[in-house]
Amino acid sequence: MNMEFFLDPNRCIGCQSCVAACSECDTHRGHSMIHLEYVARPISVQTVPVVCMHCDSPTCAEVCPADAIKRTGDGVVQTARKPRCIACNNCVLACPFGVPKMQAELSLMMKCDMCYDRTSAGLKPMCASVCPSGALYFGTRDEIERLRPRSEPINTFQFGQQTITTKVHMMVPRGAGVQHLDVLSAMDDEPAGPGDPFENL
Amino acid sequence: MATLPVSQDVLIDVWGPHLNRMEGMRADTGAEPDRIVPTHCCFCGQQCGINLKVKDNLVIGFEPRYDFPFNKGMLCPKGVKRYLQGGHPDRLTTALQRDPGAEGGFTPMAYDAAIARVASEIERIQSKYGLNAFGVLSGASLTTEKAYLMGKFARVCLKTKYIDYNGRLCMVSAGAANKKAFGIDRSANPWDDILNAEVVLVAGSNTAECSPITTNYIWQARENGGKLIVVDPRITPIARTADIFLPVKPGRDVALFNGLLHLMIENNWLDHAFIEQNTVGFEAVAEHVRHWTPKQTAEVTGIAEKSIRAAAELWGRAKTSFLMHARGIEHHSHGVENCLSTINIVLASGRIGKPYCAYGTVVGQGNGQGGREHGQKADQLPGWRDIMNPAHREYIAGVWGIRPEDLPEAGVDCYEMMRRIDAGEIKGLLSICFNPKVSLPDNAFVTRALEKLEFFTVIDFFLSETAQHADVVLPGSLHEEDEGVVCQVEGRVIKINKAVDPPGDAKQDWRVIQDIARALGRTHGFTFDSPRAIFNELRVASKGGVADYYGITYEKIEAQNGVFWPCPSEDHPGTPRLFEAGSWNPVAKGAGPFYFPDGRARFNVAAYRPPAEDVDEDYPVILTTGRVVSQFLSGTQTRRIGPLVDQYPEPRVEIHPRLAQKYGIADGDWTTVISRRGDITLRAQVVTTIRPDTVFIPYHWAGRKAANQLTIAAQDPVSKIPEYKVCAVRVHKA
Repeated sequence: MNMEFFLDPNRCIGCQSCVAACSECDTHRGHSMIHLEYVARPISVQTVPVVCMHCDSPTCAEVCPADAIKRTGDGVVQTARKPRCIACNNCVLACPFGVPKMQAELSLMMKCDMCYDRTSAGLKPMCASVCPSGALYFGTRDEIERLRPRSEPINTFQFGQQTITTKVHMMVPRGAGVQHLDVLSAMDDEPAGPGDPFENL
Repeated sequence: MATLPVSQDVLIDVWGPHLNRMEGMRADTGAEPDRIVPTHCCFCGQQCGINLKVKDNLVIGFEPRYDFPFNKGMLCPKGVKRYLQGGHPDRLTTALQRDPGAEGGFTPMAYDAAIARVASEIERIQSKYGLNAFGVLSGASLTTEKAYLMGKFARVCLKTKYIDYNGRLCMVSAGAANKKAFGIDRSANPWDDILNAEVVLVAGSNTAECSPITTNYIWQARENGGKLIVVDPRITPIARTADIFLPVKPGRDVALFNGLLHLMIENNWLDHAFIEQNTVGFEAVAEHVRHWTPKQTAEVTGIAEKSIRAAAELWGRAKTSFLMHARGIEHHSHGVENCLSTINIVLASGRIGKPYCAYGTVVGQGNGQGGREHGQKADQLPGWRDIMNPAHREYIAGVWGIRPEDLPEAGVDCYEMMRRIDAGEIKGLLSICFNPKVSLPDNAFVTRALEKLEFFTVIDFFLSETAQHADVVLPGSLHEEDEGVVCQVEGRVIKINKAVDPPGDAKQDWRVIQDIARALGRTHGFTFDSPRAIFNELRVASKGGVADYYGITYEKIEAQNGVFWPCPSEDHPGTPRLFEAGSWNPVAKGAGPFYFPDGRARFNVAAYRPPAEDVDEDYPVILTTGRVVSQFLSGTQTRRIGPLVDQYPEPRVEIHPRLAQKYGIADGDWTTVISRRGDITLRAQVVTTIRPDTVFIPYHWAGRKAANQLTIAAQDPVSKIPEYKVCAVRVHKA
């Protein structure tokens, strides 16, 4: 049974249960690998959880001068190898999703390894186990298609000229298609979003 | 003498809240647990299943409990970090006595001496002033066994009429409304009935923060095609993507639901057959809502008329639905009417007692449901019986081996108990599982009342802000140090399992209570040797009552992953869904599915009344209060758990930019909020997600950070729930 990781930010309620549970994982107790941010708290309670997307060609590994970041045979990109990591921050700067965290006190880049200790033993990752909104989901393709008929999983992302495919899938509204924003669209004219909420008050 | 022995700041320095973090064995990635204990979370009424990892009599972490059907491993951050309440530096491991000369104001004392002192003070006060001069405050986070024992202890051992509990602050208005409309007080449906409901209507429930697991049920209903209507003055996370959001002006819920019923009637979105065959009172309600036109409803509620019409049409045309409400509509001086007005639109739709046709209140406390069923309430006896009903008194007196005439009469609600302490009528008090100094409205008055007690004793595991007033503190037990049952949000009775032993002199609460009874020489009925023994008596005491637990056993709970009450016999599987057509209950005896002699549900006229304290020129802004996801109730536990405090360290006052600009307040500014009862200065959080006529402050903090310095002690006349959700304040930049 092929279990996969699905991210569904539209469901996220910002409770930080994933952040709390990540730091309980036996391999990195006390350190959470998840990023959870408000998009713009002044105007919305929307939050977005970010776990490692586990790229097929991981940028973090490609830019690592010490060859410290390894990808397992089944596609999980791991935390930097302690003996190799030189804490240079290249991966932190290069990751298009902003995932790796530099643990300065350990001189080590740490990141989500999809709870390799758990998933390799048939258990779900901590974050996707506890998430009370289903924003983080770990299960089969059949399950996600049955449970989430309004959405479909995508795993191709465009960053400038770089096309990235990932092991982790993002749930997007069905039929919406993948949209690639040109940064210019937000430069010359009013941004497409709600803008400064205070300016017209 | 129940004044603080030393200053609040010194008390905090010595007794906390200090923050417990993952350290030592808990931080050791190689620490293998000795055992895994399947149990439930200690916090809210969702009662998520959780596995606790135990090593050397310490809970060192958790594992998701995938096999428990309600949450399937899911937890909120409170559940994830709950284990840090154990092995805590603030934990009380001895009895304490008030000692103004001691550092921290308290000195340890021998447990037996403490029990003897409590007993002698009870004797002294009751012989000098009468039996009712000693009162008991209890709580709905206790197991049902303990809640039952507290009711029995007050009536049989202390022979006082004064017992009440902190469920009074929680959902008693929903309970009273359920009693008036259905004759029974329980969520009518299991949560699986959310999943295929065409419409989910959430009224006054910050679901994502206060009952997070329910979120997944609602999101799943939407995946299945359901629509979501949310009624709330704030755009909470559950409201953010709602199909229809109704930003009701605090205190105007009755108007909204009467307006929705008006439109249901006008458009004939009614189940006439159901109304005819299964209800009484529709005509009077229909007449009453005639004047609640969309225009008037919009004017009173502050909601756009088109939104009200859209909501009425969505609700009115649906074939299935789930209406749930929580403290947002319950914490009002007209809380019962608020709940009745929601029940009226459920009954008019006929959508109850069937799959995906559902109604329920989302209970707040861990045993918010079970704690209000078996007799720790001022007017109640076990099995949801009435203490003033002669037949009920006779039955319970029989179970307890006393004469019915020796049972005290009904007491008063916990706030009225504070007033009677203030008036000198109640001189002594025992409190367990309750932190009224933080949780009751108008903190200044509550403090004044506590200070007047001649003798005050508290059973607790931390020195809560209320326990700081005690003459004697008895060290009780944490959730994971005892076993017993609780009843969660769906009406499912589940089993809490013991993971560790209490440390030092700390004891299971039921042992402490029985030790007091023994020291008083009043041991009759207080010689239980285990929670199971208490539960077996409770089963008999509840037999034949509305909340009938007779057929529930610990073994059945384990075998079935919980048992929904009523469960009248050992071969009965329990009752997940109430009010099914053809169902039998002990009140209707087959006449119909509802718990009245004629088997019919009641429509009740819900008349609109404005809040007790409306805004005016001097106090022009509405204050409403509530919770954040990382804290729980008065914070006695969660303000001591480091990672939860990190997540939301301090209360902030949420304010709309339009209001903030009027007062020159920017995001992060220190802002003073003043009511007629007190003032508070907090940092502002300027957000467009709240009505511009309302500010919000979460209530989990004590002392100078306590929202309940401001709130009003106005209460619902029937249920006595306080009006936490509306009072008038003024706001300025500090």
